[in-house]
Amino acid sequence: MSHARHAIAPSGKPFAFSPDNEAKFAQLLPKYPTKRAVILPALWLAQEQEGHITVEAMEYVARRLEQPAVAVFAVVEFYTMFKTEPTGKHHIQLCRTLSCWMRGYQDLQGLIERKLGIGPGEKTPDGKFSFELVECLGSCGTAPMMRMDDRYWENLTVEKLERIVDACNQGRDPAGEDH
Amino acid sequence: MATPKIISARFDEKKAHTLEGYLALGGYATLKKLFKMKPDEVIDEVKRSGLRGRGGAGFPTGMKWSFIPKNTDKPKYLCVNADEGEPGTFKDRLILERDPHALIEGILICCHAVGIKTAYIYIRGEYDFPLARLGAAVKEAYANGYLGKNIKNSGVDVDVVIHRGAGAYICGDETGLIESLEGKKGQPRPKPPFPAIVGVFDCPTVVNNVETISALPWIMTNGADAYAAIGTEKSKGTMLFSISGMVERPGVYEGAFGVNLWKFIEESTGGVKGGKKLKAVIPGGSSSAILTAEEARNVNLDYESIAATGAMVGSGAIMVFDEDTCVVEALEVVLRFYAHESCGQCPPCREGTYWLYEIVNRIRTGRGRPEDIDLMLAICPDMLGRTVCVLADSAAIPAASYIKKFRSEFEAYIDKANPPERKLHPGGINFEARAL
Ligand SMILES: Cc1cc2nc3c(=O)[nH]c(=O)nc-3n(C[C@H](O)[C@H](O)[C@H](O)COP(=O)(O)O)c2cc1C
Ligand code: SF4
Ligand code: FES
Repeated sequence: MSHARHAIAPSGKPFAFSPDNEAKFAQLLPKYPTKRAVILPALWLAQEQEGHITVEAMEYVARRLEQPAVAVFAVVEFYTMFKTEPTGKHHIQLCRTLSCWMRGYQDLQGLIERKLGIGPGEKTPDGKFSFELVECLGSCGTAPMMRMDDRYWENLTVEKLERIVDACNQGRDPAGEDH
Repeated sequence: MATPKIISARFDEKKAHTLEGYLALGGYATLKKLFKMKPDEVIDEVKRSGLRGRGGAGFPTGMKWSFIPKNTDKPKYLCVNADEGEPGTFKDRLILERDPHALIEGILICCHAVGIKTAYIYIRGEYDFPLARLGAAVKEAYANGYLGKNIKNSGVDVDVVIHRGAGAYICGDETGLIESLEGKKGQPRPKPPFPAIVGVFDCPTVVNNVETISALPWIMTNGADAYAAIGTEKSKGTMLFSISGMVERPGVYEGAFGVNLWKFIEESTGGVKGGKKLKAVIPGGSSSAILTAEEARNVNLDYESIAATGAMVGSGAIMVFDEDTCVVEALEVVLRFYAHESCGQCPPCREGTYWLYEIVNRIRTGRGRPEDIDLMLAICPDMLGRTVCVLADSAAIPAASYIKKFRSEFEAYIDKANPPERKLHPGGINFEARAL
């Protein structure tokens, strides 16, 4: 709710589902008794396809589901995981809630700010990393933790996070550093 | 008596998440018996077990099901709440990752009892790996006749649809979840009507937590009496407790109700990390009131005993503060969370969470005024019981309890002559006011 966003401009790039997503979209429709209920899953398909959701994609989803465009805009605006701008190649979501706070997420934020030179809501100039502070990700038993590249990185220390970031920077698979 | 493992029995079995592994461990065995039972008999069994909802409110599950109208032409729906967002809670994730077929078997039990043909599982958007495991399990269940039409020749049809959330704590509230499932912003609905009468797609709807549903196969297999024999008079059975914070071995531990709270924490996790002193315990998620070390040592872990202290069992999220944990900053973290997650439709919540956060932030950053503490205490009652959902209460209750139980710590931040010694992490960052 408080993630107020600025009005976003059309990207100028037309949007349509890829053949793959077209097939997935066709499978979604019979699962719900209303077309409106397909807005969220359809937006997920759009975001997976382009990395973020453009105005054109929102209008496309609205058209395909016979909904007013504003119904789709409102949904995109409400949910924090829908991104209207491209994130970095590696999007870091660092948890800042109670257990991660007790276990020192602040140190990890410090490392990110020092090493990558970006604060919450920012992206590195080379587009490799973007960084966001998020609320409890349901992994408090392995705090502090973050989500990046569609997976969780748990029991983080400054050293471990540094190794993960270095691996990303050097084009290696960071999973090798998850120990 | 050792605590029987009901929900976590298969957590350490490497292949329990596959159909083959689940069947080898006796999975789906209860279906034969289930489909011979009349729906009302199943509801009665669940009622007699005493099972209560594990999503936070602790409402009796069988009773909830019996509110669904019997004679209706409308379809009925089950929404499984896998949104797991209450800070400190990480147990549904384990079920989804390690024992997803138990959830599916539980869904079949609920659907047969209530006459439901479609179940939606609403899973939080960040749960990539749980989603993958759950998705694979549902696929396998369909391929092998455990879902779909005429399940195992019973004449019963059940479809399961996994619906992915997109990052909003408020969608964990049952009516926020329903709105979200309908393709809208997840803003809770005023009640009544309750979901049992007008739920998703305007139809009668059961909303149950993942853990609640996953307890059903054990209850149907072993009988309501066996379940009800565990725990206390009003808190029956076992629950998964997510224990985190400053303990030696954080994790998910299954426990029977009625044991001493601190003893349970100590025996499960090895006690406070690094041999430090215990300062406080949050027993049931960040919405709960806080317990002092003494209270935590003297209370039993069951719904009634914890409620008698003003706190709650909630979703079973236990968080432990050691002697170095700053209660003022902890409250700031909690209030920032609720201010961030308020859906904004009720003024007492939207304004109240924002101002509580602002005030505790200025206290913690040395800008507090002597009257600020009482100002916060004056705001809290105005946020109780007057909003569409209980998120406003979830901010006001901890706020009032942290302040009342640890008032001197708040005063220390305001006493400019004697500022408290700050134990910041070396790389520590002070969060900025307004940076929600
Ligand atoms: C703000 C808010 C957030 C909630 N979050 C969750 C949640 O993440 N998971 C959950 O199961 N219940 C959550 N609940 C409780 C649900 O509204 C509902 O009571 C529960 O899903 C019912 O299932 P149960 O009876 O099996 O516990 C939340 C409630 C509120 C008010
Ligand atoms: S209490 Fe808060 S979160 Fe709940 S409906 Fe009202 S504004 Fe939204
Ligand atoms: S507090 Fe960070 S994952 Fe829960």
